[in-house]
Amino acid sequence: MATMLKKTNVVIVGLGAAGGVACLPLALAGIDVIGLDAGPRLNTRDMAPDELRLNRRVWPPGPQKTQGEAPTSRANAEGNAIQGGHPMMNAVGGTSIHYWGQSWRLNPWDFKVRSETIRRYGASRIPKGSTIEDWPFSYDDLEPFYDKVEYTVGISGKAGNINGKLDERGNIFEAPRKREFPMPALRTTGFTEKMAAAAKTLGWHPAPGPAAVATKSYEGRPGCAYHGYCSGAGCHINAKSSTAVTTIPLAEKTGHFSVVSEARVTAVEVDNNGRVTGVTYVKGGTEYFQPADVVLVAGYVYENSRLLLLSKSKPYPKGLSNNHGQVGRHYFSHNQGSPVAAMFPFNLNNWYGLPAQGIAVDNWADDNFDHSGLDFIGGGGMYVYTERRPIASVNGLAGWLNGTPTWGSAWKAFVKTNADRINSAYLQKTTLPYEDNYLDLDPNVKDPFGLPVTRITAEFKDNEKKIAAFMQDKMEQWYRAAGATAIQRSPIGNAMGTTTHAYGGTRMGTNPETNVVNGWGFSHEAPNLGILGASVMGTSGSRNPTLTLQAIAWRTADYLAKNWKSIAM
Amino acid sequence: MLRISRREMLQRLGATLTAVTVLPLALPVRARAQAAVAESFISFTAEEAQTVKAIVARIIPSDENGPGALEARADRFIDRALAGALKASRPAYSTGLMAVNAAARSSRGKDFSQLSAADQDAVLTSVQQTSAQFFNLIRAHTIQGTFSDPFYGGNANFIGWDLIGYPGARTSVSADLQRMDKKPEPSRKSAYDYGMFSKGEA
Repeated sequence: MATMLKKTNVVIVGLGAAGGVACLPLALAGIDVIGLDAGPRLNTRDMAPDELRLNRRVWPPGPQKTQGEAPTSRANAEGNAIQGGHPMMNAVGGTSIHYWGQSWRLNPWDFKVRSETIRRYGASRIPKGSTIEDWPFSYDDLEPFYDKVEYTVGISGKAGNINGKLDERGNIFEAPRKREFPMPALRTTGFTEKMAAAAKTLGWHPAPGPAAVATKSYEGRPGCAYHGYCSGAGCHINAKSSTAVTTIPLAEKTGHFSVVSEARVTAVEVDNNGRVTGVTYVKGGTEYFQPADVVLVAGYVYENSRLLLLSKSKPYPKGLSNNHGQVGRHYFSHNQGSPVAAMFPFNLNNWYGLPAQGIAVDNWADDNFDHSGLDFIGGGGMYVYTERRPIASVNGLAGWLNGTPTWGSAWKAFVKTNADRINSAYLQKTTLPYEDNYLDLDPNVKDPFGLPVTRITAEFKDNEKKIAAFMQDKMEQWYRAAGATAIQRSPIGNAMGTTTHAYGGTRMGTNPETNVVNGWGFSHEAPNLGILGASVMGTSGSRNPTLTLQAIAWRTADYLAKNWKSIAM
Repeated sequence: MLRISRREMLQRLGATLTAVTVLPLALPVRARAQAAVAESFISFTAEEAQTVKAIVARIIPSDENGPGALEARADRFIDRALAGALKASRPAYSTGLMAVNAAARSSRGKDFSQLSAADQDAVLTSVQQTSAQFFNLIRAHTIQGTFSDPFYGGNANFIGWDLIGYPGARTSVSADLQRMDKKPEPSRKSAYDYGMFSKGEA
């Protein structure tokens, strides 16, 4: 029997990028919140610039429930689902501790892909089998929450569009913002300046990317030290604006928010009327029940669907909030695959810096260009960046050897010459949800508790593959303009597999027949259950998901605070 | 006798102390006594150590492009890691090293470490086919031992980082160090020289 704890107003399951933001507006409104995370609290001493520890050994330190519950994946229902690894992270702050920190807003188009495509090109241009819907709100509705997150956690960047006034120093393709970023963009490097100059020779519009990294002293945190070891690692001086060092401590200061770390939630409980009553969790081998007026589920995409599907009850025999069979549907990964890499005939000096210190070109993203004569919708963002690690620089040459042996003196000479001459671009491309791409529980693979893990069934369709090929052409053009002498394109690929940019499974929309949560992020079926994270997003855009899911999380929490009585009682 | 710096001496001493503390008490006294000798190997037998030294010296040789994996003490890195973080790979080394020596004896009539460099290369080329899994394992560990932070016992005197031009672990990097027109001065520091970080398992 679980130990019964004292009831609270709101319990948040998962204190990562989304839950770590939502706690703040609630606590500021005087609502008592308990935040649970399966991982420990980390500090700057855990953040050594040590490649072996970060990339080859056990990091992060502390209990990592995700290691035992990585999803299985297969391309389609005929395939055999195989379990792989996944960089989901359990810690207070979650993946916002080790992510790149790229903090883009979505474009207005991303909220209305369906209606805008039909308006501009006709209904026949919606790819067959796609379940794409317009979002239940527009970019303008989300703008104030983007602004709140940018200023509260601290985002650096250069505005390219303030209230419609374009500025070439920023990204002129970004959605109009009300004001400048709170901090200037990360500095440029020799390499990023070279790439920016090359983009300009092509008539494109290069711009620095926005980053959840302080570039000057901000709210008691120092500016970035550019020392490297930012990707897949936490910041040793707290310059990275993770929720662990921003919104979570701010919420704790109100006296209305407390954190329970190393607490692993196994089920969301409900009463006979279908309202949620709290969560069951395990900490230190003991099972607890934490009752709450409202539950906000805020795990990673794979975990959100999984927790709902595991929480079966009389009112929800197929899993919580799944009486319409929508949990796990409309899943898609960001089409990050099929990258392009280049070899230059000179050293790039890319050893230091961070992935967020890069240059983006959005000329071919979203609907920024005319698709009339093309056979796909959407596009991709192109992005090049700094940071290189010694072991990775050596191993990364494997595909460039061209007949040179893989060891010995000839190999050593090749490594010595080329270790700092390779660059690989990051291409994030529109991905749509489809009828037969989904998440469910794996019938065979279980975690150490004996609970089934998530199974991904998803493949890229024609639209995604055409975008990938189109973007590879553009990227090759860009690298060549900068002086690259050899180019490698990775295969376009079929299976989506696991990804750090996963979306859907608990999609947000006004129609309960096709969506799990309503336009505010609350369940269509269990009125006091909210869901946070990219699992509610219905489109990906060409941009990293985190800032958008944080803005949505803030909006959901704000709505809950303002409508407390009608939702909680 | 190699000349070693005070820093390196401390590192070696540190390695030895770590080794002693992680050894389970149940191990024979002989093994513990061996570990207490600064230059003895923790995981490998004397014969295995000879073979490992010879292999890493051919994977990344010392040549006109500078010192190689042996000088970087990649063999010591592997030996130490097999008693800790890479413990799971220990059995693969026992069988893999035996296979290398068997291949050397059957094709060249001598143990691998007794062969000329050219003969060693020929044997390794064949081992790369016949024992691909072990070859890839020791190659990966040789690379790790040469290019990882010196904290783990390899990359001695920053041999690996100097080879590829990596200017070393720093906790802060000025704009000048990110330009293309000048080569950054190496820091000559391990991440743990800065005293800011908790240490993982060596």
